[in-house]
Amino acid sequence: MIRTPTPWLIHGSFFIGLLFAIIPLPEMVQAARPYFLAMLLAYWLMEAPLRVGLGTAFIVGLLADLTSATLLGEQAMRLVILAFLVQRFRARLRFFPLWQQALAIGLLLVNDRFVVVLIHLIIGAPQTSWLSWLAPALGVILWPWLFVLLDMVRLRLRERT
Amino acid sequence: MAYAGKNTSRISDSALSTLPLLLYLAMAVGLMVADQRHAYGQIARQKFSLVTEPFWWLASSPVRAFRYARENLVFRSQLENDNRQKRQDLQVAMARIHRLNAVADENVRLRQLLGGTRGYQLNVQMVSIIDIDLDPFRQRLVLDAGSGNNVQIGQALIDSGGVLGQVVEVSKRRATALLITDPDHAVPVQVARSGLRAIAFGTGRSDALILPNIPQSADIREGDVLITSGIGGRFPAGFPVGVITGIRSDKLRLFVIADARPAAHLERGNEVLLINNLPPAIDVGPPAPERVPPAEDKVLAGETINGATP
Repeated sequence: MIRTPTPWLIHGSFFIGLLFAIIPLPEMVQAARPYFLAMLLAYWLMEAPLRVGLGTAFIVGLLADLTSATLLGEQAMRLVILAFLVQRFRARLRFFPLWQQALAIGLLLVNDRFVVVLIHLIIGAPQTSWLSWLAPALGVILWPWLFVLLDMVRLRLRERT
Repeated sequence: MAYAGKNTSRISDSALSTLPLLLYLAMAVGLMVADQRHAYGQIARQKFSLVTEPFWWLASSPVRAFRYARENLVFRSQLENDNRQKRQDLQVAMARIHRLNAVADENVRLRQLLGGTRGYQLNVQMVSIIDIDLDPFRQRLVLDAGSGNNVQIGQALIDSGGVLGQVVEVSKRRATALLITDPDHAVPVQVARSGLRAIAFGTGRSDALILPNIPQSADIREGDVLITSGIGGRFPAGFPVGVITGIRSDKLRLFVIADARPAAHLERGNEVLLINNLPPAIDVGPPAPERVPPAEDKVLAGETINGATP
């Protein structure tokens, strides 16, 4: 059986992810802000596939569109594409060693950047600065920490109940 | 556990799972197009502002905390610098205040000296102008107050610039004032610089006064300020009347004629001050009995101001 984590943990983590997307950062770092929300989504897609799916990705993306100033539906689309890819390769991703997993997530995030560039090209919006390509690299660095942290939190919660 | 996970992934691997993907993508594209074309995103954000605003507040709280910390955890040296600067500024400001206090004291003393000869208490009533008739031969004003408001014939009219004229007709609700620029009007004046007395007549033009019959030897020149002399008792002394704009000799070359520009704003403003119960301008004979100031009238949009003329 799959032990699904409490929904509160999932909701809470997404809430924090949404917050992180709009927390003011220094000018330099702003463009290179890692897409924390996508990483969280990937984690939950791997660890709780019964609770988190494409619909979750869509809703979370819509919420992110509402709270940040992106085009309505832009982040929804990005997250749906990412979620689909994670679902597709879930079996393999899950059993990768952590560093390999981080690289795979990095690839997904790079792909996400391409989706953004494509969307901006189509709607004629200005492209983000080259710094934004650093965001996937930061995501790769952050992924193991995020993974371990969330695992630990889940373990604690499981022990308590 | 792993086995079960594999099972679900196998389900999602199936061709069926592309259908929801396409559905969601279509929805996202639809939303984007709608937002791009009709700015629905703006409307949606407004609708959800009740939720998003606290969210934004929460997101900005780290920055607020940081700012608070920076304001409260400043270095000691910085504070000391600030303190020194502030103390210097304070000293400069205090010095200025002391000087101003000295000037104010001096002013009071001078006023007391003058107060012995001239009444400085000025009781005025604010009256609005109804209609300005600047016809060349009728430089008159109609005032929105009459005998019902204790307006009397002969009361002087001033505005922020200087003397404007005097009341010549009073009816129950209205009064007519003759301006100093009316050809029929004359006001006793004094050159503020030299004390030379003269009489300023109106010319019918709202920007000119004329002072005929000045002796050739008199001390008067262009730019001199004319004030009321108080002679005749109709106008209180010391109000500005005009400024000399030019001097010329008359036809017989015996006297000098001075042209002047009125100090009052004759063409501007629609509120004037009517001077009430003035004590006689010249202190001759026994002191005048204290007159009771007229009661405030409710019809009148005016007010009584107690002040001192400079």
